[in-house]
Amino acid sequence: MRFDQRHLLGIEPLRPDEITTLLDLSQRYVALNRQQQKRSTVLAGLTQINMFFENSTRTQASFELAGKRLGADVMNMAMEASSIKKGETLIDTAMTLNAMHPDLLVVRHPHSGAVDLLAQKVNCAVLNAGDGRHEHPTQALLDALTIRRAKGRIHRLNIAICGDIAHSRVARSNLLLLHKMENRIRLIGPPTLMPAGIDAFGAEVYEDMKEGLRDVDVVMMLRLQKERMDGGFIPSEREYYHRYGLDAEKLSHAKPDAIVMHPGPMNRGVEIDGTLADDINRSVIQDQVEMGVAVRMAAMDLLARNLRAQPKDVLA
Amino acid sequence: MTQHLITNARLVDPEAGTVSDGALWLKDGKIAERFDAPEPEISLDRVPQQARIDAGHKYLAPGIVDIGVQVCEPGERHKESYGSAGEAAAAGGVTTIVTRPDTNPAIDSPEVLEFIRRRANEAAPVNVLPMAALTKGRAGAEMTEFGFLLDAGAVAFSDGLRVVRDNKVLHRAMTYARSLGALVVAHPQDPALSAGASATSGKFASLRGLPAVSPMAERMGLDRDIALVEMTGVRYHADQITTARALPALERAKRNGFDVTAGTSIHHLTLNELDVSDYRTFFKVTPPLRSEDDRQSVIEAVRSGLIDVICTMHTPQDEESKRLPFEEAASGSVGLETLLPVAMRLYHADALDLPTLFRALSLNPAKRLGLGSGRLTKGAPGDLVLFDPDKPLVLDRFKLRSKSKNTPFDSARLQGRVLATFVGGAQVYAA
Repeated sequence: MRFDQRHLLGIEPLRPDEITTLLDLSQRYVALNRQQQKRSTVLAGLTQINMFFENSTRTQASFELAGKRLGADVMNMAMEASSIKKGETLIDTAMTLNAMHPDLLVVRHPHSGAVDLLAQKVNCAVLNAGDGRHEHPTQALLDALTIRRAKGRIHRLNIAICGDIAHSRVARSNLLLLHKMENRIRLIGPPTLMPAGIDAFGAEVYEDMKEGLRDVDVVMMLRLQKERMDGGFIPSEREYYHRYGLDAEKLSHAKPDAIVMHPGPMNRGVEIDGTLADDINRSVIQDQVEMGVAVRMAAMDLLARNLRAQPKDVLA
Repeated sequence: MTQHLITNARLVDPEAGTVSDGALWLKDGKIAERFDAPEPEISLDRVPQQARIDAGHKYLAPGIVDIGVQVCEPGERHKESYGSAGEAAAAGGVTTIVTRPDTNPAIDSPEVLEFIRRRANEAAPVNVLPMAALTKGRAGAEMTEFGFLLDAGAVAFSDGLRVVRDNKVLHRAMTYARSLGALVVAHPQDPALSAGASATSGKFASLRGLPAVSPMAERMGLDRDIALVEMTGVRYHADQITTARALPALERAKRNGFDVTAGTSIHHLTLNELDVSDYRTFFKVTPPLRSEDDRQSVIEAVRSGLIDVICTMHTPQDEESKRLPFEEAASGSVGLETLLPVAMRLYHADALDLPTLFRALSLNPAKRLGLGSGRLTKGAPGDLVLFDPDKPLVLDRFKLRSKSKNTPFDSARLQGRVLATFVGGAQVYAA
């Protein structure tokens, strides 16, 4: 069991065995989280700062809870309301925080690569909680854990990722992870929401949803990222729902035991039918939220172990 | 007047396409004589010992003419001044810089242009030829005073990296420019497709999650411009052609006899999109770096002569504007001082030989601007560069003479160094 990372910036740098290590440890934290006594002390004495340069309720709450359950001192910084508005650069903010000696920095930023940039400037372990359209590694890991628990494995599955692939960091991280673990991936969506060069990623691309869903084991829906669009990618939400919204009829083309996933928050009636999302026989959306806390606990635990193992080095 | 007799040189002659032993006598600012013998017999009375330079069998080529240099005067002198740009140019073997008007404010009136020329001639050791804005304030709405600006010394008209969106405006500007015989330098790019883009669309940009532009946007911009050239008959130069798909359009325009030339940047000839790696902002340029296939096609186009000119698109940026997430970071890189060593990469890779390189670096840009330089013939201006294509260096960006240090070649191992630069027959740089 090895995990050689200093930061968790994306799925791209991870080896398959490191992903397995993370998922195995997460599994143990799922059990802990289901007990009445949920506290652990593995992060006791460590300081965790959550810096969200982009609005988030769910991910931030999940990271906060994960840190608190492991005994860390957790601080949330709503960066939208802070000095960044006064013109301070990202690097200045990072240097300021670094001087306060945090051990774990959880960062979300609207620009791709911003978390990488920040990680180069600080001494602590950095977790990427989503950067632009680039990566959202803990989401992909919690999705993998959810699939592994539902399907008994995370390899040789047919998995469809549907919707707004172009603007989605969740899609990129999932694509990378599921590819590393040797699954067959299908990407389904209108061509305007497909990134260029996507066929080079080793996925099959479908424009017809029913065709794409045929015999898949897992259906991952993506949120239509209205805030990241500059308009005109789709003719209307109702046409989008008609052609790419997941409902019982479209799902009937998948395997009878196919599970339905969504990273949330959902646009009910845009990308997914509300009744289907709540169907406990098909939808694992609530499980994903539960797995999210466990995966983030495991990630911070592993990074903290590596942090303790290495001497504090001098800032470049 | 000073004179120099440079003996024992390897003469790189882009006009003849040759490299041969010889010597040059510089006098009264010009090449007074060219000798095929490396050690010509000239008495010490005519050229005293102290005016003689033994080139030590190193290479002597016509000085580089760089079309499209940004000097940040007026407005942002902390990024680059005429003094610093001129020193950088001299150290890079660039003897003439053709400056862009994309300053703050833009160089769009004869008064500003005259001020700039005066500043430049005081401060820079190399020739400085200014381009003026094509439209007032580079706003793309009204043409500037081409006539007055030409009288004040403008060598071409350009809105820099900004594209004139309105075809009617550009049509009128080109029509008027044609009547004056003025050269229009444009940035071929579809402005709507490329808005907000910081990478070339494809696997790499998708993997990095960067907003990207299709390489086709360059061809669309060029197609539009060529249609307007056909309508107006203006003299037209595309600042940078960087994609394979734009090349057939360029080839067709030339075959049809339009007065069209094109350049490309040294960065697009020597780097590709993968060099951006983990969001390295010093590799963010406009247009964005392309695929390796595009790079190879553009090298081939320089070799065949379809692309006429290699330039630096020297764009100084301060540290703060580059220390940002990739999408937000400023675009552009400095290139004057690294131009020759980096161009030698193409020579050492057997991609382009020395006469071909200097055809694109010196001869063609000089011809396009109607200058006498770029040649090694008797009577041509004494603008020369003496260099050693094999001498290695590891580039340290903080040693660059430019005020801004935003080079993508920091720590790069390069082979090729400028030994001496001559402008108007006088030595302005010695290694």
